[in-house]
Amino acid sequence: MSIDTTADVAADPKDESEIRPGVLLSGNEAVARGAVEAGVLVAAGYPGTPSTEILESIADRDDIDVRWSPNEKVALDVALGASLGGVRALATMKHVGLNVASDTFMTTAYTGVGAGLVIVTADDPGMHSSQNEQDSRAFARMAGVPLLEPADSSEARDFTALAFAISEEFDTPVLIRTTTRVSHNRGLVDLGPRTEHPVTGFTSNPTKYVMIPGFARLRRPEMLKRLELLSDYVEASPLTVESGGNTGIGVVTSGIAHHYVREVLPDTRILKLGMSYPIPTERIRSFAESVDRLFVVEELDPHLEHDLMAAGITVEGKAFFPQVGELSPDAVRRGFVAADILPPEPTVEPAPPTVTRPPLMCPGCPHTPPFLALRRLGAVVTGDIGCYTLAALEPLSSMDTCVAMGSSIGMAVGMAASGGAGGPVVATIGDSTFLHGGIQGLIDAVYSQADITVLILDNGTVAMTGGQEHPGTGITLQGAETTPVDLVALCAALGVRDVKVIDPYDLAATFSALEGATTSPGPSVVITNRPCVEAPTKVRDRPYEVLAEACTACQACMTAGCPSIVWSDETFEGRRKVVIDPVTCTGCTLCAQICPPLAIIPIPDPVPEVPEHV
Amino acid sequence: MSNKSRGLLLAGVGGQGVILAGMIVADALVRAGHDVKQSEVHGMAQRGGSVFSHIRWGSSVDSPLVPLGSADVLAAFEWAEALRWVEYVREGGAVVANLHRIVPPGACTDRRSWSTLYPGIDTDLLSSRTLKSRLIDASSTAAELGNIRAANSVILGSVAAFMDIEHTHWEAAIEHLVPRGTEEVNLAAFRAGCDVAEASVQRRPPDPVGFPGPHQIDIRHDWCKGCDICSRVCPEYCLEVDIDGALAIVDAESCTGCRLCEMLCPDFAIAISPPRDTASLKEPVPLTGEQL
Repeated sequence: MSIDTTADVAADPKDESEIRPGVLLSGNEAVARGAVEAGVLVAAGYPGTPSTEILESIADRDDIDVRWSPNEKVALDVALGASLGGVRALATMKHVGLNVASDTFMTTAYTGVGAGLVIVTADDPGMHSSQNEQDSRAFARMAGVPLLEPADSSEARDFTALAFAISEEFDTPVLIRTTTRVSHNRGLVDLGPRTEHPVTGFTSNPTKYVMIPGFARLRRPEMLKRLELLSDYVEASPLTVESGGNTGIGVVTSGIAHHYVREVLPDTRILKLGMSYPIPTERIRSFAESVDRLFVVEELDPHLEHDLMAAGITVEGKAFFPQVGELSPDAVRRGFVAADILPPEPTVEPAPPTVTRPPLMCPGCPHTPPFLALRRLGAVVTGDIGCYTLAALEPLSSMDTCVAMGSSIGMAVGMAASGGAGGPVVATIGDSTFLHGGIQGLIDAVYSQADITVLILDNGTVAMTGGQEHPGTGITLQGAETTPVDLVALCAALGVRDVKVIDPYDLAATFSALEGATTSPGPSVVITNRPCVEAPTKVRDRPYEVLAEACTACQACMTAGCPSIVWSDETFEGRRKVVIDPVTCTGCTLCAQICPPLAIIPIPDPVPEVPEHV
Repeated sequence: MSNKSRGLLLAGVGGQGVILAGMIVADALVRAGHDVKQSEVHGMAQRGGSVFSHIRWGSSVDSPLVPLGSADVLAAFEWAEALRWVEYVREGGAVVANLHRIVPPGACTDRRSWSTLYPGIDTDLLSSRTLKSRLIDASSTAAELGNIRAANSVILGSVAAFMDIEHTHWEAAIEHLVPRGTEEVNLAAFRAGCDVAEASVQRRPPDPVGFPGPHQIDIRHDWCKGCDICSRVCPEYCLEVDIDGALAIVDAESCTGCRLCEMLCPDFAIAISPPRDTASLKEPVPLTGEQL
């Protein structure tokens, strides 16, 4: 790779006049850059780690319509509509987001596209920030859509740009699958110019775009024919790269696993698949015939392994390499040791014991007080996806389920219907998650007059993914003001008679509102109204301190699990007193409301300066 | 050659600025003419969890992840994180550890021994390994420069001693990536970090004597009207009023003797006393002297 060391490496990569080599971009930024260079005009998605920064990194471009949709299916619908309207369009989501979008996705394979349509799904092997580690490659096969797997930032840019060309050449949506280690890895990318693809316009073609059964029956053979053409294409495509010398073994791999294989077996022959569905079967067959032992190293499920076995190619894979979790250079090395390719490694002296540090709700998080109340009320809490899922952990220990975006409400309806809950049933769901997939559940609660309470934790942002805008915030991804969804009016319009808005920082009011809602018959909704303390703006009030002489070390404040409160070295009757870290305390007052001896008070003047890290 | 790629690990706690520091290192390495890969995890881990950034550089880098036992340098922004990641450092590698301590609330949950699970600052844990360790107090150094916000630049200055990058590249990267208006203080902090003194480790007082066993909860049921005050205040969730309004002890083992229930009961229906039954007395947990 050529690197221009004289250039200012940090010039704005979003400026397409900056055509130069060697700019550090994350995989997500590189996907966006590839789309920019390919002339994308509409890009839609829903935030989800590790995909979020794709759209964020191009949100400030005024020549592209970049937008958050309420959910991934709407995002794909928007992108498909734009594609049919004749502009290159991009849809981005995390792996579980593709489940939501899958209804549209499956049938786009029948309709084909107008201008290029590319869908990016970011998988999360190892579940760093996800509820499962499903392997999105299965969706490509199920739909009959070609799949590209970039291994690093440079390929993320190249493959995205190429995906638009493939989409138009073969009249098909193209799926790009990244993983956490591609999306959140920075690497050097050579920037190219943006090529403009003006609007070609919509051409009405009902037999192609109106998928009534009679027309869909005509399209399915088209889809299968296209897959055959793609199979021919991939046999000769530069997406398939062979490297390495003659070491007797060969490795077929794709995505980030390619780099791990090269790391541990730098001289081995490798056939790297840039397109992993459909696969270049004949190329792999001749590669296999030229080696003594053939391995497949792939993250998560044995897709390639099964494809090769189905083609009658003898291959070894998951017998040595884990199907669970993320691969790593260490995991790949262990696999080749187990396969007798590498000698056993000397053992590394293990790390000394240290404290576990699970993620926590932030100091001052407005989600904390309602969960304290729910724990005291003995509620059965069906939870949802968001920061508040952390309420399942000690010491709040007040969430009983979390499955999928929006599932909390429907599951609460079912839990109430079962008659076996053993306590009041409460669904807890964030504002963005409610708009994403919760509304239908609430409609069902009204329709069936379920005895449940829905607690909408409205903090005015998509907090877990870093504070994105959504239809309830009144601001678009590109900063325009728009009409916000009014949650109270929405719930009332659906037919909920009991809708209350509460200040979650008022613990007593929160407790009594939830107690009232959970004891009233029929569906009720309680909406909290405090913003996230971290995004979009940092909420900081005068921090609090503990008067050590008044603290009786009762531990009542510790039940809130606030990261700003820890044990001190002083004791009372053998129990540890507590101290508050004034740097991280936001002054939310929750602990002061809990403290029985009133030992927690605002810090008197002058308030210490709150440092920000560089 | 890919197998000659070098590795640096930055580790800290969500909110400490580990990811920005990683971007500065990566930018400096690119300016120095290296191929660079930098990998990290966003999202849930940032919520007060353990945060790390892997950086690898060389003529052509393959894996963005540093293999176990192969990092040339570990830069830990926090003491417990230094211990967590030290197994990634190769023999002869270097550890720069900031002695800042961030005790998670989960480490303050053992209400028998009242010991925290947070590891004491013990330089032997690092010096027993074949590596170069440098323990620093970055916050104090930054504070002496008049801005505690620049502690991370002090750490990077200390890391620079173990990396072959010209200072002009470091300083260009810092100037480029730190928030506008903080360039000068961060550059000063970086320079201070280059020859920062080894921090002196201060012994902390020993833990309190451990809790001998659960206290005794006695309820005068004929005085209790089931008002629910006690169960709502109990920090250990020992009490519950059942559906018939009767108060019950649901967790007798967890009472720490704080007596909130006794003091707040309007009917004087609860009495808390130290363990009576000597059979239930537990030996005080031996203290290691420096758990917190």
